[in-house]
Amino acid sequence: MSNAIHLHYDVSGEDFTRAGEASGSVKKRLKSLGYNSDAIRRVAIAMYEAEINMVIHAEGGFCDVDIYPDKVEVLLSDKGPGIPDVEKAMQEGFSTAPDNVRTLGFGAGMGLPNIKKYTDEMRIETTLGVGTNLYLTVNVK
Amino acid sequence: MNVQTLAEKLNLTLLVEGDLERDVTDCYIGDLLSWVMGRAPEDSVWLTVMGNINSIAVATLADVSCIVLVENAALDAEAKAKAEMHGVTIYQTEENSYSLAVKINELLL
Ligand SMILES: Nc1ncnc2c1ncn2[C@@H]1O[C@H](COP(=O)(O)OP(=O)(O)OP(=O)(O)O)[C@@H](O)[C@H]1O
Ligand SMILES: [Mg+2]
Repeated sequence: MSNAIHLHYDVSGEDFTRAGEASGSVKKRLKSLGYNSDAIRRVAIAMYEAEINMVIHAEGGFCDVDIYPDKVEVLLSDKGPGIPDVEKAMQEGFSTAPDNVRTLGFGAGMGLPNIKKYTDEMRIETTLGVGTNLYLTVNVK
Repeated sequence: MNVQTLAEKLNLTLLVEGDLERDVTDCYIGDLLSWVMGRAPEDSVWLTVMGNINSIAVATLADVSCIVLVENAALDAEAKAKAEMHGVTIYQTEENSYSLAVKINELLL
């Protein structure tokens, strides 16, 4: 589709208190474009979980967002360690989060399951030592 | 019931003032942020001990009506600034989640 709005964000790997800038900005944009609040909520939560993962488990990366009238597509890409066992990582409760982020409330092992729950399509491409690409689609209405 | 009325009935201390007119229709308790994002119903009052900057992001994403920091859990300075910026209402109380939730249950019935 030609009338997509394309947005690009760099996600810093240094400071995860700042993670959420990309999802926050996309949320605002979708609101101003008049998308329905359910779709906005689903996009924002899925993106936030993925951003946080990129910061905690990888060293940051980038995020590309394409906004279409009927769907929102997001790519979150990092050059982190990759995910050894995706099936396991997708299970509720599985987490390798370090203690310092657990004390801040992360590490429930619910991020990827949440992304699955809130998106219509989710695809993970990951290679050990190379990085992870996460593709998300949220249908609008 | 709106946020302000609920807070008055529960004797909560206001730390950050957002939209106090907002409706509260439910209550959710949790400290694990992904859990909250996955499960907290919109327009809930969210009871937690997590007063850091990520809680503010979660509150806006999950679209809860307000945060209540129970057992006098602290709100750090960064979180306070972010809550003010995003208009997230935050209260504090010395009560624990259980006793507060029991009272909220009666008020929301
Ligand atoms: N981008 C990534 N790069 C490398 N590993 C990842 C990445 N994203 C997730 N993982 C792995 O998958 C596991 C599960 O991720 P998930 O988001 O479900 O839970 P979590 O981040 O550990 O905790 P929570 O999201 O509940 O705070 C992580 O603990 C980590 O081992
Ligand atoms: Mg996660």
